[in-house]
Amino acid sequence: MNRPVSAWRATLLSLVLLGAFLGAWELALQGAGQGGGPAVDPEYAALVGQAAATGGQTPMPKPSEIGARLFQLLSDPFYIRGPNDQGIGIQVAYSLGRVLLGFGIAALIAIPLGFVIGMSPLLNAALNPFIQVLRPVSPLAWMPLALFTIQDSSISAVFVIFICSIWPMLLNTAFGVSAVRREWLNVARTLEAGTWRTAFRVILPAAAPTILTGMRISIGIAWLVIVAAEMLVGGTGIGYWVWNQWNNLSIADICIAILLIGLVGLALDRLLGLLARAVAWHE
Amino acid sequence: MSKPYVSVEGISRKFPGLTVFDNVWFGVNRGEFVCLVGHSGCGKTTILNILAGLDAPSEGVVLADGREIAGPSLERAVIFQGHALMPWLTAEQNVAFALGCKHKDWDSGRLRDAARRALEKVGLGAAMGKKPSELSGGMKQRVGIARAFAIDPKMMLMDEPFSALDALTRGSLQEEVSRLVTESGQTAFMITHDVDEAILLADRILLMTNGPMARVAEVVINTLPKPRVRATLHHQPGYHELRDHIMDFLITRSRTLAGTAPGDYDPRNPPEVRPAG
Repeated sequence: MNRPVSAWRATLLSLVLLGAFLGAWELALQGAGQGGGPAVDPEYAALVGQAAATGGQTPMPKPSEIGARLFQLLSDPFYIRGPNDQGIGIQVAYSLGRVLLGFGIAALIAIPLGFVIGMSPLLNAALNPFIQVLRPVSPLAWMPLALFTIQDSSISAVFVIFICSIWPMLLNTAFGVSAVRREWLNVARTLEAGTWRTAFRVILPAAAPTILTGMRISIGIAWLVIVAAEMLVGGTGIGYWVWNQWNNLSIADICIAILLIGLVGLALDRLLGLLARAVAWHE
Repeated sequence: MSKPYVSVEGISRKFPGLTVFDNVWFGVNRGEFVCLVGHSGCGKTTILNILAGLDAPSEGVVLADGREIAGPSLERAVIFQGHALMPWLTAEQNVAFALGCKHKDWDSGRLRDAARRALEKVGLGAAMGKKPSELSGGMKQRVGIARAFAIDPKMMLMDEPFSALDALTRGSLQEEVSRLVTESGQTAFMITHDVDEAILLADRILLMTNGPMARVAEVVINTLPKPRVRATLHHQPGYHELRDHIMDFLITRSRTLAGTAPGDYDPRNPPEVRPAG
């Protein structure tokens, strides 16, 4: 249906769109912030200062200003000057660490458990109501309970990541395992392959693409949730940093954080995408 | 006659309100090639699955080597209708997987060598490192055949193994199987609805009536001399009589004979016919 597009043309178009967007942004703010603004009584302005006279709003930064700030932040991303002033690299590393820890623990539990659920229709039916009720719960709803029981804000954030990333992996693993083609299982049976050999040499590779899809969904959700979780628990992490910059009214820093969150999320997704490609099979 | 290797004794498959087949008896002798011919819905695949141990009859038993078949066994290899290869493994790994199930003490080098030899036997020496998705339908089924023969089973079970292939490929694979079976003196049981395939390969052809209440209506003895070659098969005297008899059965008599058996029908000894003289 769709004709293949050459990569460089798509890239070129992307760059043009980006340039147009940034250019429009830059132009729209040209002249704002430099003494213009709505007409105010000059005497009043002289009295309270231009910024206060225009409503006390911090001006929206221009792309060029954000770029300069980005360069400044990235030129020394890993500095630590006390608990409240750490480089943006450190903050991202904290967030990544929490996500990977929570996600890793979730995978360690969800994949074996999903395997068992997928193999046993009884367990599947018995556990399904719990999964269906717990799955749609917003991960942040767990936060107070986690804070109350764990009493450690950082571990609570990891727990929230764990609880939000477990469901897609659990459900996908169970589905992938239960959907393994009958004929492959029959081959294994006629070869007297045994339970373990069948599980690891037949069912696992057959279900691997579905499991990887679940992992990919999970890490995406985990990265979404960590920002919100860190805004709540505070202390460290990119989510906390965003909130901190909002309190400082550093709009440029917030824009930079949004960009970085997007890029890190993309990298995580691509990483699992590569893994998925490694275990993919075609008929 | 000596005791058959596999003895099917009065098996049936019944669902509430439906009897697919009932009181089926037959035997397969050592080194014999038996074909089961019949229309869809007469329970052919179920019978093969029961022989494989993948399914169990509602009534009756199947004995292999004098012992009741209770489950699948490496002694009875199955060539499946779809090739049933694992798509994440190469041709060589697919065969090596089967070999590894049989020879649990072999190291990977030995498994690989044996898998390569098995694939070379079916003319796939050049395609060993390829995944099933990179192989044609005929080549995939060749891998399936190599996998089944590699474990050196006492009996080969084939469920319409060539039905999904085009006529030319089917022909060459039939000869391949014929050669492999003859070389190793393999005992074989095959389901097919290709009459020429049955005549080429089988020593005896079991004709089943349509279901429900399907039964083995008669046993056709293939008296055409061996070795039979596809290229000359249709010139052999008696071929046309044999073929016509089976065609007549499939087209009309499988239907008219369906249902209740005639009074003189003995399910343990269905009538034997020798149309080729």
